[in-house]
Amino acid sequence: MSILVDGDTRLCVSGITGREGTFHALNNKRYGTNVVSGVTPGKGGQSVEGVPVFDTFHEAVADTGANTAMIFVPARFAADSIIEAADAGIPTIVAITEGIPAHDELRVYTQLKRSSGVRLIGPNCPGVLSPGKANVGIIPADFFKEGNVGVVSRSGTLTYQIGNELAQGGFGNSSIVGIGGDPVPGSSFIDVLELFEADPETELVVMSGEIGGSAEEEAAEFIADNVSKPVVGYIAGFTAPPGKTMGHAGAIVSGSKGTAQAKAEALEAVGVRVGRTPTEVSEIVVEILDG
Amino acid sequence: MDLLEYQGKQLFARHGIPVPAGRPATSVDEAVTAADAIGYPCVVKAQVQIGGRGKLGGIKVAASRAEAHEHAGAILGMDIRGLRVHEVWVEEASEIEAEYYASIVFDRSARAPLIMLSTKGGMDIEQVAEEDPEAIASLHVDPLLGYQQFHGRRLAFEAGVDGDLVRPLTGLLEKLYEAFVGEDAMLIEVNPLIVTPERELRALDAKVTLDGDAMFRHPDNAALRNPSAEDPQEQMAKERGLTYVKLGGDIGILGNGAGLVMSTLDVVAQAGGRPANFLDAGGGSKADAIVAAVEVILSDEKVGGVLFNIFGGITRCDEVAKGLIEAFGQVQPQVPFVVRLDGTNDEEGRRLLAEAALPNLHVEGTMLGAARRIVELAAATPSEAR
Repeated sequence: MSILVDGDTRLCVSGITGREGTFHALNNKRYGTNVVSGVTPGKGGQSVEGVPVFDTFHEAVADTGANTAMIFVPARFAADSIIEAADAGIPTIVAITEGIPAHDELRVYTQLKRSSGVRLIGPNCPGVLSPGKANVGIIPADFFKEGNVGVVSRSGTLTYQIGNELAQGGFGNSSIVGIGGDPVPGSSFIDVLELFEADPETELVVMSGEIGGSAEEEAAEFIADNVSKPVVGYIAGFTAPPGKTMGHAGAIVSGSKGTAQAKAEALEAVGVRVGRTPTEVSEIVVEILDG
Repeated sequence: MDLLEYQGKQLFARHGIPVPAGRPATSVDEAVTAADAIGYPCVVKAQVQIGGRGKLGGIKVAASRAEAHEHAGAILGMDIRGLRVHEVWVEEASEIEAEYYASIVFDRSARAPLIMLSTKGGMDIEQVAEEDPEAIASLHVDPLLGYQQFHGRRLAFEAGVDGDLVRPLTGLLEKLYEAFVGEDAMLIEVNPLIVTPERELRALDAKVTLDGDAMFRHPDNAALRNPSAEDPQEQMAKERGLTYVKLGGDIGILGNGAGLVMSTLDVVAQAGGRPANFLDAGGGSKADAIVAAVEVILSDEKVGGVLFNIFGGITRCDEVAKGLIEAFGQVQPQVPFVVRLDGTNDEEGRRLLAEAALPNLHVEGTMLGAARRIVELAAATPSEAR
């Protein structure tokens, strides 16, 4: 088992004819992901190394049975593309695009919450990898192998860093989910923790957060009441000054709100052990699973 | 992006929100000309993003031309909590009968805009929230439905606004909401929102934060400048398309990916060092981006050592190594570099660096080891090398 993407995934890539879109769609295909189609308005009828391209998501779904969408179009077109995928009935949407305006994300989020059964991962995220099964996004799959540690993170490269240290400790992953660094992510830590809790293969979850917002504090409350599996935390940005956006649009300490200290304390208060470095995170995981 | 008061007021005026008449000025002569045009008494206001600038001498009332001259001379060039005043806003003096507070915040946790209204304006709203939470009325607006008149009525009645002002206030909040959505704002705050003796509402101050990701829709806003908040390195980085934040310490940091860079800052601090900056070279960084980044980091004179922490995903470590070698050829750094390369093409990257044998460049195997090493080396860097 794994969560969100697996052998049943039938992927349609929005923006497949763009340079980055082509590169990563083919990369995902090489990994074994079933990439069934792509969408680029005006380029319907073409193909990208055997993957058929359609003008609309509705055609792609009708012709190729796509059940997962990956959004790779530029920020100004991305919100529209996400809504189109949802409207075409695609239940799982992974948005890689960075730099979508916050108000667009808010409208997308609110709309998707109302259309039942649609799950958005991202935007501004590296995607989802279920090692040995499917890779949807830009996560470098070579560093990860199959196993029983679930990872959910707001940051891409930090996920690779932690995953790599776990691999060196002998552990693999059920799924790795990047929820993205934007102010209004489609899925929160809570949404993904719920999936990992229900996934029989996942024995432990690593949750990697960062400054800004209150998603980690909300996750702490959820863990206390709803998660029976051990969770190990990490928070980036202890040294971040207030009022400065640290790379991710959502990574900002506003006044006294959204600090790393407060997030780590909220998690520790419900019994989640929080590593102070990525290395310490993997040491705690090894200790829990070996012990 | 945070706007200056007058930029916020000009944005308000475009959306029909009443503001006092005023003009910006960057010199004493300009300020006096503005004051003459507006008439006396008028107010000379320092344009810096600092709360409480009035108490610090940044806001003064001028009753005459001579006073306008005197105040503009005193305020322009003044230092307010480390920010230099490059501009003043000269506006007509307002008579104040009452001070209200109104704001709209992009509430991430609730995933909806939050409107707040209070009849206790003119002071720090967080203090009001603490001492007298009942004095603030607030509600969330459904982002797909948008602002409705009843929102304004509910807020006005709950906040205890004078009866004759309920209708005008409802209209003003509607315009604020239009500005909030229309300009892609993350925050709009009017404090104080004054009531004049003629029972008119007016925004006496304006605090506006815009979404940097939405600037493609607002070229006019994108062109707005705030010279007092611009740091030379941050400006240089912006021109080169790099994500850089100045932090004030002496260890320059470069990494790929925002989370990894934040984590690197934390690890350097744990090792006893003080990071000089946050710099995310981004995914897929090519050699020329690395050269540009090294130039930006080293242009900060405080920097006594530089740490590269790369975990290659899309970013290829051999590209980073090539960029470093090129950067060393172009700028000949006088301070030590510690480099940690892991991930895609890491062996090739390390081989290139070993072959190039760059002076005072050290390769470390782990993030923690690299952080400790650079802290040690930077402490030993003589000041003339910085």
